[in-house]
Amino acid sequence: MSAPQNRRVAALALVAGLGLSLAACSTKSDNSSDASGKVTITVDCQPVGAQQELLRDWNADVAEFQKLHPNITIKSVSVGEQCNNPPDFTARLQGGTVTDVFYGYMTDLDQVLDSGQAMEITEYVTKDTIPTWDSLDAGAKAAFSDGGKVYGVPTKNYSMGLVYNKNLFQQAGLDPKNPPKTWAEVRTAAKRIAALGNGIAGYSDYSAANTGGWHFTAELYSQGGRLVSEDGKKADFNNPMGRQVLQNLKDMRYGDDSMGAKQLLQWPDLLTNAAAGKVGMFIGAPDATTAIVTQFQGKYQDWAMGPMPGQDGPAKATLGGGEGYFVKKGLSPEQVRAGLMWLAYEKLTPGKGQFDYVRAKPENQPVGLPQPQLFTVGSDAYRQDLDLRKANANVNVEDFAAFENNPVPVRFEPPNAQAIYAVLDSAMSAVLTDPNANVDALLKTAEDKVNGLLATR
Amino acid sequence: MATITAPRPDVQSARPPISARRRRGRNDLTGYAFLAGAVFCFALFSWYPMVRGVVMSFQRTRRGVTTWVGWDNYSRIVHDPSFWTAWKNTLHFTVLALILGYAVPFFVAILLNELRHAKGYLRALVYLPVMLPPASALFLFKYYAYDPSDAGLFNAVLKLLHLPTSQWMQSSTATMPAMVIASTWMNMGGAVLIYLAALQNIPGELYEAAELDGAGIWRRIVTVTIPQTRLILSLMAMLQIVATMQLFIEPLILANGAGTQDSATSVAYLIYQHGFFQNDLNGAAALGVIMLIVLAGFSAVYVRLSARQD
Repeated sequence: MSAPQNRRVAALALVAGLGLSLAACSTKSDNSSDASGKVTITVDCQPVGAQQELLRDWNADVAEFQKLHPNITIKSVSVGEQCNNPPDFTARLQGGTVTDVFYGYMTDLDQVLDSGQAMEITEYVTKDTIPTWDSLDAGAKAAFSDGGKVYGVPTKNYSMGLVYNKNLFQQAGLDPKNPPKTWAEVRTAAKRIAALGNGIAGYSDYSAANTGGWHFTAELYSQGGRLVSEDGKKADFNNPMGRQVLQNLKDMRYGDDSMGAKQLLQWPDLLTNAAAGKVGMFIGAPDATTAIVTQFQGKYQDWAMGPMPGQDGPAKATLGGGEGYFVKKGLSPEQVRAGLMWLAYEKLTPGKGQFDYVRAKPENQPVGLPQPQLFTVGSDAYRQDLDLRKANANVNVEDFAAFENNPVPVRFEPPNAQAIYAVLDSAMSAVLTDPNANVDALLKTAEDKVNGLLATR
Repeated sequence: MATITAPRPDVQSARPPISARRRRGRNDLTGYAFLAGAVFCFALFSWYPMVRGVVMSFQRTRRGVTTWVGWDNYSRIVHDPSFWTAWKNTLHFTVLALILGYAVPFFVAILLNELRHAKGYLRALVYLPVMLPPASALFLFKYYAYDPSDAGLFNAVLKLLHLPTSQWMQSSTATMPAMVIASTWMNMGGAVLIYLAALQNIPGELYEAAELDGAGIWRRIVTVTIPQTRLILSLMAMLQIVATMQLFIEPLILANGAGTQDSATSVAYLIYQHGFFQNDLNGAAALGVIMLIVLAGFSAVYVRLSARQD
C-alpha cells in the first residue's frame, strides 16, 4: 500500500474509531423485551473489584436471581467508587448515562427529578414486585416520593448518633458502656481522651466540602433547632441553638484543645484518622463503622455507638438520610417490574442479598449493626430481619445498645441543603481554625448569605 | 523598497499534468480526512460544549422541563454569597502568582543560563515536578509540607530557623500564599525551559558590550536580558494570567474546596459547587460564561502579542 493510501486509511480509521468508541459509552440496555418475553436490565453500583467478597456475593445473587426468573437478565455495571462520589453521580445523571435501575441518595430526589431521568413507578410498587413493600419504613418511602408519586425505592437508611472508640475510652479511664449523653459530657470525655496525647483528638468534626454544614445541621437538630423556616424561605439558625453548636465546638477546639490540630476535615479525612485510632468520638451513623473497617482498615472491635447528645438532656432530634434506587424513564413495563423484583431480592428481603447475614458473617462484613432499619417496627419483615441479625451478629450488639435503646426523633435535610451547607462550612471552619472567631458574627454572616441564597432559588 | 521576484521553478508551468493533479486530489482527500478527525473532536469536545454552555446559561431545567429564563441564572449567580469572594480570591491568587510564580522561573532560567557546570542535570531537576501528576504533587504539599503541626516539613524548617511557624491551609491569611508556592513549584519547569530558550537567543556580544561598559549582573539583566526577552515575557504573563484565573485543583486538594472561612474558594471551584453539588447546572453555566468573557479579554491581548512575536 502506498504512503498516501496508508494515511487515508489511517484517517478514516481514526474517524470511524472515534464514532465507535463514543457509541460504546452507552450504559443503556435494549428497551424492549424480545418476542420470547425475555427482558434485560442494567443495574449500577456493582461492588468494585477490590471488594472481592462483596463482588462475589453480588455476582452469586445475580446468578441465583436469574435462575429464579429465567426470563430476566441482569447486566451489572460497576462505576468504580463513583457510588460514593456525588459529583460523579451528577455527571452521569446529566450525561444521561445512568443505568436502567440506578442508585442515588435520598437527598438526590430533587436533582433526579429535575434531570427528567427518573420514571414514576407508583403503579409498579406492589406486593407482586416488592413483597415487603408494605413493611417498608414510611419515612424512607416518603423520601423517594414527590407529590404523592413514587419515584424510587429506599434500600438503606440511617440516623446519626455518637460514634466512639472503646479502646480510647478505656485508656482514658472512661466507661465504654456508658457513652456521653449531653454535649457537656462529650466535652469532658474529649478532654480526657485528648490528654492521652500522641496526636489523638478527643472529639473530631468536619468543616470542609459541605460536610461541615451537614454536621452543623445534625448538631443543630440535637439542640432542637432547624436550618430553615417552615416555608423554606429564611435561615433559622441564627439563634441561641445555632450559637450553642458553634460555641461547643469552639470550646473544645480552643478552650480545651481536645479536637486535634488538623482541621478542615472532610468525610474521608475524619474516617482515616478514626481508623488509625486518632479519634475518640465523632457524630456519625452506624455505617460509619462499616466505612472505617471496609475502606479505611479499622477494626469493628474498637467502635461503639451512643445516641446523639443533647444540650442538657437527650437530643431533641437527629439527622437522618439514606439511599435507594431509581428507575430510568422510558423502560418497558416488563423492565420496570424486572428491576423492582431485582431490588426486592437483593435489597429488601430478610435473609437475602444485603440481609444475607449467614453469608456476611464469615466475610467480616458487619452483622448486628442497628441500621439500616428499613422495616417498620413490629412488621413480619422487621421481626425476621431482627432474628437473623441477632443470630448471626459478628459485632458486639451490646456496643450499639445505647444508640438503639435511646431512639431520637429523626429529621431529614431541608431543600437546597448542599448550597446551605457550603455557606455553613465557613462558620464551622472558622471556629475550628481561628481562636478569635466571633460566633455571633459568623452566624449573622451565614444567615445573611443563606437568606440571599434562598431568595433566588 | 521594490523587489523583483523570479518565478519559482516548480510553479512555472500553468497546469500540472493530469496524473499530478490526481495525486494532489488524493492528497487533498487525505488531508481533509485527517482534518475531519480534528474538526470532529474539536466540535464535539470544545465548540459544542461551549455553545451549549451559553445556551444553558439562559435556561432553567426543573422536573425535566427546560424553559428560557433570560438573565435569571446570571442574577442568581451574582447574588451567590460566595460570588465576590471567589473573584477576590481568584484575583488575589493571580496577582500573587504573577509576583512569585512569574518572576521565580525567569530568575531560575537566568541562573541556569549562567551556570558553567551541571547544566543539564539542574535543568532536569527543575523540570522534574512538571512530570508529577498535579494531584500527587498537591497531596505531597498537603500532607507533608503544610501539616499545621511542628511535624510538617515547612514548619520543621521554620522552627529550625527559630522563625514563627504557620497553620498553612488552616489559616485564612496563609492559604493563598501556600497555594501559590505549591502551584509555582509544580508548574515552573515548563516556563523555565521557555525562558532558557529565549535567553540563549540573545546575542552574546550584547552582554560583552555591556560588560565592557562596566555593567554588573543586575544592570545586564535590566538593560539586556529583559528588553531582549520582553515579548516572550509579556506572552508568558498573559498565559500565566489566563491559567491562574482558572484556579481549581489547588483549592480542591490543598484546601478541601473552600478552605478555612472561604479563603480558597475560586471562581472555577464555585462553578463546580453549583454544577455538581447544588443541582444548579444552569447557574454554573452562567458563571462559566462570565469567566469566559473575562478570560477572552486577556486572551485577546495574548493573540495580539503572539502575532507580534511571529
